[in-house]
Amino acid sequence: MKLRTLGRHIREGVRNIFRNGWMSFASISSIFISLFILGAFVLLALNVNKLADQLESQVEIRAFLQMDATKESEAAIETKLRNIPEVKSVTYLTAEQNLQEMSEMLGSDGKQLLEDFQGEDNPLPASFTIEVYDPLTVAAAAAQVEAISSAQDPPAFQQVKYGKGTVETLFKVTDTVRNIGLIIVAGLAVTAMFLIATTIKTTIINRQREISIMKLVGATNAFIRWPFFVEGALIGFLSSALTAAVVIFGYGELIRQSEFDLGLMSIRLVSMNEAAAIIVPLTIGIGTFLGVWGSVLSVRRYLKV
Amino acid sequence: MIDMMDIWKTYPNGAHALKGVSVVIDRNEFVYIVGPSGAGKSTFMKLIYREEFPTKGQLFVNGFNIGKLKPRKIPYVRRNIGVIFQDYRLLPKLTAYENVAFAMEVIEAPRKLMKKRTMEVLELVGLGSKHGHLPAQLSGGEQQRVAIARAIVNNPSVIVADEPTGNLDPETSWGIMNLLEEINFRGTTIIMATHNREIVNKLRKRVIAIEDGLIVRDQARGEYGYEA
Repeated sequence: MKLRTLGRHIREGVRNIFRNGWMSFASISSIFISLFILGAFVLLALNVNKLADQLESQVEIRAFLQMDATKESEAAIETKLRNIPEVKSVTYLTAEQNLQEMSEMLGSDGKQLLEDFQGEDNPLPASFTIEVYDPLTVAAAAAQVEAISSAQDPPAFQQVKYGKGTVETLFKVTDTVRNIGLIIVAGLAVTAMFLIATTIKTTIINRQREISIMKLVGATNAFIRWPFFVEGALIGFLSSALTAAVVIFGYGELIRQSEFDLGLMSIRLVSMNEAAAIIVPLTIGIGTFLGVWGSVLSVRRYLKV
Repeated sequence: MIDMMDIWKTYPNGAHALKGVSVVIDRNEFVYIVGPSGAGKSTFMKLIYREEFPTKGQLFVNGFNIGKLKPRKIPYVRRNIGVIFQDYRLLPKLTAYENVAFAMEVIEAPRKLMKKRTMEVLELVGLGSKHGHLPAQLSGGEQQRVAIARAIVNNPSVIVADEPTGNLDPETSWGIMNLLEEINFRGTTIIMATHNREIVNKLRKRVIAIEDGLIVRDQARGEYGYEA
């Protein structure tokens, strides 16, 4: 094929999108709708996954010190905590660090709210974060922390917290959620493929007569196929890029709107950048592939004139 | 040019369209194919541009053995044959110019030559000023002229016309016939299937009559021979 002819095929492919305006619109809509549902579900699955990760990592013990604890008593307590056999690590967080962490959880709205409590007015105590080797032993470890606490008067800690009761069922639940999510995503991808293939097939049937005329004039199969290939790739790319943009910006808006409320529940969504890094290549890849695959496969059926 | 030797064509449903047809059509001839509907005229035409292939017998068109032609060679045979139909068969979303130019794009003709030659044939068929019109914006006669322009743009050695005047009024039909005669004078073989008694009887040419799958008459400067 001459380079000039390749240029012609690309030009024809682009023009065909406009010449067959309504069918192009139908194809773009069906790709958009399928990929939109798929994208929305992938985001849901990502967030469930992230939430599961968060819950798992929260299988740690937080022990909040008394407000008036001295440096010396804190150091003594820390040594005792480190001597518990189940404990993997002990991290000391100052009152300021705790405030900082809370402020990050609450997002931009929370920052303003907590500005008044800086320095002397900080209502939060210092704390220890205690991680165990095996999440299943967290209950036993917590009991020992309580014991260390109540060994002195007043108790060393005003509060000892850990995910009581949830630990045992947590792993089963998160695993199940991940597997179901994967199955639904795969199912949606297949559905999207059928929907798009049907639309493209309809386009081709409409143009069966055109194809037979081209053949009568002496066009080779490759000559007929090329513009369809370009058209399919372009429609796939354009509609999936549109889908990716709508999904990502919609998600960004969702994050912005819900940041404060979810922050109060200590839940953080997958960030917009993380989501885009997965959604954009996934959507555009599937969309372009579907466009090309649909047009190439369908044209082949009608080339045997 | 076209050499048929004992050609049989049986369709998959068992219908025998041609039952042993032998004929030779030479360079620069003008031939009418006449006969009742369903007698095998269309099959005869379709074999020449290899829309159908013969069940039995030998057929040579421009030196190509049609019966043994590999499917991927078909486009190259068709580039040397111009086809014209009763229903014009133009690409509906392309202008008159684009429809004609398409036949040249297919053979990857140089762009300059394509522009020049396309306008040249559109002038020849009298549509130079309407080159930007879509088929739907043209009358039946004008659409057929575009189809003729497309058929001749690559200088084919043969034109196969299946009832080219079938949808046109008598006056327009004569315009089309004058054009075909002009093209024939310039050296192109024309094979035309028709039901038009008046045209066959007035513009006398070789007549081949096909009935029930057989050639029943082959006559130079012949008559239509059927009641209209």
